[in-house]
Amino acid sequence: MKGKPEDGLLISPIRNGTVIDHIDAGEGLSVLRILGIIGRTTEALSVATNVESRQMGRKDIVKIENRELLKEEVDRISLIAPKASINIIRNFHVERKIGVEIPSEVIGVIRCPNPGCISNANEPIDSSFACQPRGYRCRYCETLITRDIASYII
Amino acid sequence: MHHIISIKEITREEIDEILDRASAIDQGAFDPDALKRKILAILFFEPSTRTQMSFASAMLRLGGKVINLGSVETSSIVKGETLADTISVVSGYADAIVLRHPKEGAARLASEFSTVPVINAGDGAGQHPSQTLLDLFTIRQSMPLDGIDVGFLGDLRYGRTAHSLAVALSRYGVRIHTITPKGLELPPSLTDDLLDGGTEIVVHEHLEDIISELDVLYVTRIQRERFPDPGAYASIASGYRVTPEVLTDVSDRFILMHPLPRVDEIDTRVDALSCARYFQQARNGVPVRMAMLQKVLS
Repeated sequence: MKGKPEDGLLISPIRNGTVIDHIDAGEGLSVLRILGIIGRTTEALSVATNVESRQMGRKDIVKIENRELLKEEVDRISLIAPKASINIIRNFHVERKIGVEIPSEVIGVIRCPNPGCISNANEPIDSSFACQPRGYRCRYCETLITRDIASYII
Repeated sequence: MHHIISIKEITREEIDEILDRASAIDQGAFDPDALKRKILAILFFEPSTRTQMSFASAMLRLGGKVINLGSVETSSIVKGETLADTISVVSGYADAIVLRHPKEGAARLASEFSTVPVINAGDGAGQHPSQTLLDLFTIRQSMPLDGIDVGFLGDLRYGRTAHSLAVALSRYGVRIHTITPKGLELPPSLTDDLLDGGTEIVVHEHLEDIISELDVLYVTRIQRERFPDPGAYASIASGYRVTPEVLTDVSDRFILMHPLPRVDEIDTRVDALSCARYFQQARNGVPVRMAMLQKVLS
């Protein structure tokens, strides 16, 4: 976010809420989707995409006013932005920093890409994926998702 | 409670235990009243006469009784009942459930809703552990499983029996050889799993290049519908056909297997050769399923 002084701030600071920084460039909108912020929303949002970053070259930033993310919401973000850092803001100050941790199991967040999988049928179950070194494996049909995980978010 | 859902979660020790028990059963060492007063529910949501009959036969030979879903068309499934509800209800009627279902992962779901053990008898293109166990049993009747050379011929992309067998064999330090048409190779995710587990996989273009070094050749059917052009199918399938001529240089302990039904991938003249084990393999379904039933019901 710290560009040249003449550029000013790309998005302004927030008083209370959450700042999700160091999102892989282009994944900011997917982060919103994974948090269930889609279509109409009452939250005040700022999304900066493809901004310069010393660490990452380019990155996205998402700011959500008046909402403090819960730990499980933060862990969901790890699916698409494993390098993200999350700051809880109160009265313009960073109250807390939360690191993203990859959970061992992701339940009800991503849809199995296999149309023949029972988790895509009309059954009273949530999708369930085990996080493995090479990707996410469906608990039911054992299909492995290795890339483009954002497109499978429910 | 012990379910048998996927070969991937059965340890080598458990496999050996089931196969040892099946060996004893095969030699007549079993109690014909071992499962007396036990009821097995057979739920087949798609037809598979042989698997269904061999499970029923296995249960009856152990003194148990069998109840059947019957035809899906006349059951509550056509009214739109979920599999979860069907399983919840049926697990109140029986001591174990054998399930076959067209959806992958159906058996896993069933195990989550059942109050009795569930045995997966095939879920779509997914797992079919009883087939894998009887395949292993058939090999073990001729040779120890450790360190052998096993060839897989035909459709390895869609052939679930070959996938499960390859996974099970990887526990025994087996070297896997694949001989497939282009486009029908092992799925990359399975290849990676096998390589991660330390299994050596050797890819061959022609069966003749490797046949003399194999201990086992597992043949699977190349399905016509995988090819848009019937001419292309015919020419490719003929190149992967097993004939007596192809088998002239095999080793003394070599055996030829096929999960059946076959169409024309094995010449019927091969049936008379001592290495042909596919009918024996089918017969082995009963003792292996008896051992599985005893494992979950005892």
